[in-house]
Amino acid sequence: MADEAPFQFLHNEVLQYIYKSAENGETDNGRNIAKLENMGFRVGQGLMERLTKDTARFKDELDIMKFVCKDFWTCVFKKQIDNLRTNHQGIYVLQDNKFRLLSQLSAGKQYLEQAPKYLAFTCGLVRGALSNLGVKSIVTAEVSVMPACKFQIMIQKM
Amino acid sequence: MSRQSNRTTDSKKMNSELFTLTYGALVTQLCKDYENDEEVNKQLDKMGYNIGVRLIEDFLARSSIGRCQDFRETADVIAKVAFKMYLGITPSVTNWSPAGDEFSLILENNPLVDFVELPDNHSTLVYSSLLCGVLRGALEMVQMAVDVRFAQDTLRGDSVTEIRMKFIKRIEENLPAGDE
Repeated sequence: MADEAPFQFLHNEVLQYIYKSAENGETDNGRNIAKLENMGFRVGQGLMERLTKDTARFKDELDIMKFVCKDFWTCVFKKQIDNLRTNHQGIYVLQDNKFRLLSQLSAGKQYLEQAPKYLAFTCGLVRGALSNLGVKSIVTAEVSVMPACKFQIMIQKM
Repeated sequence: MSRQSNRTTDSKKMNSELFTLTYGALVTQLCKDYENDEEVNKQLDKMGYNIGVRLIEDFLARSSIGRCQDFRETADVIAKVAFKMYLGITPSVTNWSPAGDEFSLILENNPLVDFVELPDNHSTLVYSSLLCGVLRGALEMVQMAVDVRFAQDTLRGDSVTEIRMKFIKRIEENLPAGDE
């Protein structure tokens, strides 16, 4: 596919759908986020499987993270992560200064409270990708100024 | 760094897999949420419609294609430009009705179903219904009411995937005078 527009539109529709079913009152916000996250998880797993088909074995955790920041991010969002930080104790922070799914939305504070919706799927994506490389993790995201955002990855020790 | 060399070439392909997989996750979720396939089909079509009414703007802005003179031209644009641009495939246009108001798009390989197998208990699920909605929604925005449906589907054992499109009517424009 020569184009990323279909994915973005589809992603928007997925959000629409998940949140509309919530308006009928059955589910709360946490459930919705979880649903999106789970969908992302499955997609992340599949993508990673396809992406690492021909790659050499990873040396260590950091090597895996670098792969996520460079190749995986480029594959999904057409750019690399701008900043990767770690405390060397299982916590990694990935910063994207112009996150693709937010960049169409706003470059200020206007829709800040809507932002978490747009990140849940991607959190799942990263978690799924890592899980397929044998790394169990918790991924959360935060936005302070759109369209920049940070993904925090906490590695769960087996 | 050594790892990067061989992969840049198929990034386009990967991106289509992202779309395919995301779509798969959506259908899975819908199948969980709704009890019967008809409802899922309807929901997918609706979501497709919502995408279509927006996608047309993106399409017109980027392809710089003007108004189509007739339905044959529309068919050509859909198959050769739109499908190519967004899904990377070029379906063939066949089976014109004598009146020229109905035709089929034959998809050799439908990218939406790349990794899909339909389980037996979903025999009435039209997996790619989204496409129908997209086509319908997009054409509606250019004043064409069109009926779109799947006539054949490789997922259900047919040899090709066929989308049947039937022109219903032109939608009257309600633009203020002098506004083009």
